[in-house]
Amino acid sequence: MENRDFNCPIVLLISRMVSPFIMLFALYIIFHGHYSPGGGFQGGTMLAAAVLLTRITSGYSVSQFQFKTALTMPLGAAGVLIYWGTGFSSLLLGKSFLNYSALTVFGSVDNAHSMGILLVEVGVGLAVMALLISIYDDLFAGEPIMVKDNE
Amino acid sequence: MKIVNIVVLVLFGAVLLFASLTLPPRGDAKAPLNCPYSPANTPSASSYYAERAHEDAHTDNMVTVILADYRGFDTLGEETVILTAALVCLLLLRRGGSKNGE
Repeated sequence: MENRDFNCPIVLLISRMVSPFIMLFALYIIFHGHYSPGGGFQGGTMLAAAVLLTRITSGYSVSQFQFKTALTMPLGAAGVLIYWGTGFSSLLLGKSFLNYSALTVFGSVDNAHSMGILLVEVGVGLAVMALLISIYDDLFAGEPIMVKDNE
Repeated sequence: MKIVNIVVLVLFGAVLLFASLTLPPRGDAKAPLNCPYSPANTPSASSYYAERAHEDAHTDNMVTVILADYRGFDTLGEETVILTAALVCLLLLRRGGSKNGE
């Protein structure tokens, strides 16, 4: 168990119940960013909020089952690499950097632009989610009182 | 000192409210923001994006087009800035091997 200032079952249950729905809505925001307000930054922030909700209510060590701290930095770097990779792949396919018209593997020019923007948004969402959680965990680890478990 | 702060804040809020009284209504087609030419008779950027965004980028959401297509470099830099911030937090705050104690 973990040291917590409060131990309210209602907060615990409601936060665990709400967290997946926040994630679902965040995915909707990321993947529907072409047609409606939204995009990678907003959706990634909501994904991070869903994870941080259980981080705060269930405690640090329990919420590691949901999202491990060791995963944050690799996932964030992977998101940034997806963005750079999209840019460089269009460069290698003969157009300028980040010109989505070059991504002809997705079919027509419309599809190429759409899928290129989608790839970029997924990269941004992944990076924002993982890096916000990473910053939170770093700040948490810097707090000497909260880290120690009661033995 | 606190009274001075409060007075300055209230005055600043009053100035902002007074300035917002003369803003054009939302969606006003005759507002300078929405005109194809600025008051100085130069073409404005917003109408360019409104007219050309769909045929340039083949995507419906103009905000996404500007963010990820016209200004892809800008978003790339923003994401790299976030990565740098997280790396700095990791280097400064995370303590490796702290399981054995301080």
